[in-house]
Amino acid sequence: MSLDGVFAADDPAFIPYLAAGDPSYEASQRYVEALVEGGADVIELGLPFSEPIAEGTTIQNAVVRALESGMTPERYFEFVADLDVEVPIVCMTYYNLVFQYGGEHGPRPFVERAAEVGIDGFVVVDLPAEEADPLREACDEFGLDLVFIVAPTTTDDRLEAMRERVSGYVYVQARTGVTGAREDVSDQTAATLARIGDWDVPKAVGFGISDGDHAERIVSAGADGIIVGSALIDIIAEGTSAGSQTQSDGVAEGDSVAETAQRLTAKARELKDGAIRGLQDRPQPEQ
Amino acid sequence: MSTDDIDATDTSGTDDLDGTFGRYGGQYVPEVLMPAIDELEDAYRRYVLHNEDSFMDEFRRRLADFGGRPIPLQRADRLSDRYDTEVYLKREDLLHGGAHKLNNALGQVLLAKYMGKDRIIAETGAGQHGTATAMAAAHLDMPCEIYMGETDIARQRPNVFRMRINGAEVTPVTVGRGTLKEAISETMRDWATNVSDTHYVIGSVVGPHPFPRMVRDFQSVISEEAREQIKEKAGRLPDSVVACAGGGSNTMGTFHHFVDDEAVDLVAVEAGGSSLSVDEDRGVAPNSASLSTGNEGVLHGARTKLLQDGDGQIMESHSVSAGLDYSGVGPELAHLVDTGRVTPVNVDDDAALEAFHRLSQDEGIIPALETAHAFGYLEENPDAVGDLTVVNVSGRGDKDLETVIEETAKRDLDIAPDMSVFEQVGAGGMMDMGGDHAGGDGSGGDHAGGHE
Repeated sequence: MSLDGVFAADDPAFIPYLAAGDPSYEASQRYVEALVEGGADVIELGLPFSEPIAEGTTIQNAVVRALESGMTPERYFEFVADLDVEVPIVCMTYYNLVFQYGGEHGPRPFVERAAEVGIDGFVVVDLPAEEADPLREACDEFGLDLVFIVAPTTTDDRLEAMRERVSGYVYVQARTGVTGAREDVSDQTAATLARIGDWDVPKAVGFGISDGDHAERIVSAGADGIIVGSALIDIIAEGTSAGSQTQSDGVAEGDSVAETAQRLTAKARELKDGAIRGLQDRPQPEQ
Repeated sequence: MSTDDIDATDTSGTDDLDGTFGRYGGQYVPEVLMPAIDELEDAYRRYVLHNEDSFMDEFRRRLADFGGRPIPLQRADRLSDRYDTEVYLKREDLLHGGAHKLNNALGQVLLAKYMGKDRIIAETGAGQHGTATAMAAAHLDMPCEIYMGETDIARQRPNVFRMRINGAEVTPVTVGRGTLKEAISETMRDWATNVSDTHYVIGSVVGPHPFPRMVRDFQSVISEEAREQIKEKAGRLPDSVVACAGGGSNTMGTFHHFVDDEAVDLVAVEAGGSSLSVDEDRGVAPNSASLSTGNEGVLHGARTKLLQDGDGQIMESHSVSAGLDYSGVGPELAHLVDTGRVTPVNVDDDAALEAFHRLSQDEGIIPALETAHAFGYLEENPDAVGDLTVVNVSGRGDKDLETVIEETAKRDLDIAPDMSVFEQVGAGGMMDMGGDHAGGDGSGGDHAGGHE
């Protein structure tokens, strides 16, 4: 797979985020499949790090569950190799795991292994463009994409540094702060999209998108795709606590995983449909 | 010292701040924070390095009038006899607030004011940095919120009261094990959310550039004074300078003006905790000796030496002293250790506790448990410090009395006074406090216990 074919002018991309291994290896595999059934075009698959400084409470808790279920970088790579889905996978993580995997060899061994199991790109949350050259070079060598996050606070000269190094898509952070589902979607989004309007990579917007209406508004404001994490992880968290309840009541764990997977598919459809409506809402360009 | 002297000692040149110390340092932060640290670097350059708007003059004046500087360098008469070497104490415990922390906190809160920020946030471990920041914020009339792990809130209650009394909001951090590491992460999250009007007063020489340099510069007043004072009192430079090291702010402050004096040995005393070996299964290093045992990685914005497992997950550290209990260390200190300029050593919980009692009895100075590690080294290696040594008394130990009573009761220490009378009082007091705490917020004590 590759990120090249994902962003079509007539089909806005829906990019869900999950933490791999939340709450277990098997359940998490099922949830990824459920999201693809619901219309996911790319999966941002989190490799959990013990110090997730950019995450709000929802994803912090997902990271804790994933780590407690035994997720490690090597197991993560197996997880990706085991996935039976036909969409590109983007690995979202923090730099220390990439760095530590290669030891003295820098980020190259991590990227090589990622390419081997079929990962298509990276988002490294705490790696600004200025520190990213070693990773960029390794990505070029193995044909992987490197996504950067543009924030509402990003200055013009920093935009240039990212523009030179970005590939795959740009992750437009909808508002300042940490990840987490919100009631409203920030106005800062349209302004940020306008600032990078002439970049020749697709723009996907994330942070705070939690329902179909948000998705619609974000896409009608010009986004080529939407990224949703916390609103989906809320469903997994509910399923996980309900699951441990039903288990103690003698109901099989598989039932609660199946039920959560159904809810995820339904939520994915709502978000994807919202994104498609957003495209239809856009003023039609003159031919 | 004038600000010109700061420029003169700034070996990498004031206008070429690349933010690294050898292979360490850098700026590994989420994009949303990059503009804020760019803005901070600009302010650091203008106000601190170039004294724009007489910033440094005001800082020095407030350090004197509000903080009580200059701080004395005192000959330790009985320790000098005991070790048959001249031992001098830099008495940072006498700085307002009872620790060296105010040097940095006052500098950063004042800088935030010059930058036009109107809110202060900070993390704290032992509570000393939080206390100093709360004092500085009250002094300079800025609203202030302090993030503190709930485990640390339980073991450093006197400082929590002090922060609240100074008008600061104290927000418990319940994620993870609730110590300094989690508090720093949570403060970074607040900063990422409120970045336009808020300044993050980081408490040590850690974090993304320019924090490690800037905090070092604010703390370097310690060695600037000590270097002059020892020449005046002993007629020469010392053979060694000893300071405890957690994140490394008192360490770098105490070393900075001696770094170019190559004949002066610089000794950083880390917390050896209960053991230097690592429990990989539990992801716990029962020590805080990242300089002695850690390896290179990226945490909280900087590349430095860390306590981490083979995958790069950060390990929980441990020390009887909350202020040293951190999995990382300042990047400049990591670099100075690699180049051989600074010697890292470590002292375990038992020896630190013994040193705490010794300094209290022999010199009439009750040191912080952090500080006690430096004196533990002196006791174990009296021949390694030469004929003339300066030890930084980084803080006073009033905040640690509950911990000391509890920890002393667990051990058979010859030097400790008979604590049985306190055991009664102390045990009851601890229990009452534990009860209050758990009842007060419903989860504190239980949660911390759940992770044991």
